[in-house]
Amino acid sequence: MNAEPMPGYNYAYLDEQTKGMIRRAILKAVAIPGYQVPFGSREMPLPYGWGTGGIQLTASIIGPGDVLKVIDQGADDTTNAVSIRSFFAKTAQVATTTATEDATVIQTRHRIPETPLKSGQILVYQVPIPEPLRFMEPSEAETRTMHALEEYGVMHVKLYEDIAEHGRIAKSYDYPVKVQDRYIMCPSPIPKFDNPKMNHSPALQLFGAGREKRIYAIPPYTRVESLDFEDHPFEIQSWDEACAICGSRQSFLDEIIIDDQGGRMFVCSDSDFCARSVRKQEAK
Amino acid sequence: MYVAVKGGEKAIAAAHRLLARERRGDTSVPELTLEQIRAQLSLSVDRVMSEGSLYDPHLAALAVKQARGDLMEAIFLLRAYRTTLPRFGYCLPVDTSRMHIRRRISATFKDVPGGQVLGATFDYTHRLLDWGLSGQEPEGRDAFVPEESDAAAQAPQDAMPRVLDVLGREGIIESETCGLDPEPADLTREPLSLPAGRSMRLQNLARGDEGFLLAMGYSTQRGFGVTHPFVGEIRMGEVEVEFTPEELGFPVTIGEVTLTECETVNQFIGSGDARFTRGYGLTFGQGERKAMSMALVDRALRAPELGEEIKGSAQDGEFVLYHSDNVEASGFVQHLKLPHYVDFQSELALLRGLRKDAAGKEDPHER
Repeated sequence: MNAEPMPGYNYAYLDEQTKGMIRRAILKAVAIPGYQVPFGSREMPLPYGWGTGGIQLTASIIGPGDVLKVIDQGADDTTNAVSIRSFFAKTAQVATTTATEDATVIQTRHRIPETPLKSGQILVYQVPIPEPLRFMEPSEAETRTMHALEEYGVMHVKLYEDIAEHGRIAKSYDYPVKVQDRYIMCPSPIPKFDNPKMNHSPALQLFGAGREKRIYAIPPYTRVESLDFEDHPFEIQSWDEACAICGSRQSFLDEIIIDDQGGRMFVCSDSDFCARSVRKQEAK
Repeated sequence: MYVAVKGGEKAIAAAHRLLARERRGDTSVPELTLEQIRAQLSLSVDRVMSEGSLYDPHLAALAVKQARGDLMEAIFLLRAYRTTLPRFGYCLPVDTSRMHIRRRISATFKDVPGGQVLGATFDYTHRLLDWGLSGQEPEGRDAFVPEESDAAAQAPQDAMPRVLDVLGREGIIESETCGLDPEPADLTREPLSLPAGRSMRLQNLARGDEGFLLAMGYSTQRGFGVTHPFVGEIRMGEVEVEFTPEELGFPVTIGEVTLTECETVNQFIGSGDARFTRGYGLTFGQGERKAMSMALVDRALRAPELGEEIKGSAQDGEFVLYHSDNVEASGFVQHLKLPHYVDFQSELALLRGLRKDAAGKEDPHER
């Protein structure tokens, strides 16, 4: 915040032509929920794989009136979240926050905030591999055809094989979903714990894969179902422990190793949610 | 401490200060100048310009310096700058037959019109460490004095036809102009689409990592996709770049660039009208190894078009074109350094669950 605009660079780094191109891709993505729209991804001053897709989305939609929150693994203070937040504070002079409900744009890697999102908010996901069928079919030409023909048998076979081998679907993050009964989609590597939050969310959800050059979206109030079988319904992770800081039993917990004797503690991965819970208890 | 606790911001700032200090190194040693890098590490500068897709020796030298000599990092720096520049349009195709030749060799003919010019090359040097360069000898060696023949090389040259054009006149090699795209693709503006046209493939390879292309090209020589290459010609030198501004309507010369071009003569096709096929490689500056590798891979990627059996990765357009870019590859490989606590925690929970199922009551938590 309050930094000087970056000399020699356009507002929010990208030139307006590029932003226009990305906005057109976003519109198309919103019009076809879950469909991966190819776009002319640019080289960003941060490495591919470190959020360039999300950064390009944010750069294309952000304006001076926005309030930006950036999280990585649910936390505002992880190194890459700090780096991306300061990038936008510098290039777009945008106000930043850690409070989920104060943000108009939230860029995230690997989590959806615990605090429910509201109408008007935009959640921007950083996506490493946008193709849910990739590890079953390495060819992009093939997988695009499979999506076009809605040929998803291979995915169901994969999930079935998991059950045959392990007794359950052995997918704990980046758990595939079906969007509005049409496209199978990667939710990005969020834990499956977060999958239900995507369903009928009042917020607009945008997904950017910079290296793979794809944008996709879930418009507000869209049906998002995690794939499962009638006799093996989808379920989310749960913990025997509560958060060691705020005591929450509803949030996703990170495990922290505290000594070399195998001692460990569990704390909320969502740092904003955790701090808020502590403040609430102190107020009582 | 590198963990997701408060202080990430301070740690990053401190790491950057430390990086700046380490980049500078021992301050009792004079600082490198960009002129020194341009002059004495010119092949580094050339590689950075080529794979950075920006012909600017000064900025490339700056990138090499800033990256502490890490060329991939320098390429990334240059790319991230280049992407912010507006694109005015396309230049005319450069005419390499009008190149001011500094090096030119053909492996297919003993002599060619215009002659062979060995130029400055590591070829035929004996790779013995030159103690004279170590600065331990009092006065290095005598400065290089051009001999007469070198002076002659500086003189203006007549146009020097490309060796493959000579074969072309006989009709014994395929024409390179057939199926020329009217407007070249530009990967910096549009995503790769498959199957990629030749111009998109060549741009991808020109930006591609030298080491990757070298290995891919090498693999075709060892039987993973055979292309039977002969080096028709390698030439290196300066060519003029012409551009037609819309308001003028005629081409004007806007500058001169150094290029290395490699054309290979490959496996023939047909029988009655049998003709050789081609592979093509081009780099900024002096980049012979890259240009040759690129020509091998270019030819290998034409396998589907020429009806050849796909036997190796180098012939698979999707495999080569999606994995050639070192900025993409380096970023994605190194992103594994970023925290993955949440995904890992999810996997841990899953694994413990599976073990618990298997072991009955036994809780893998309690060890």
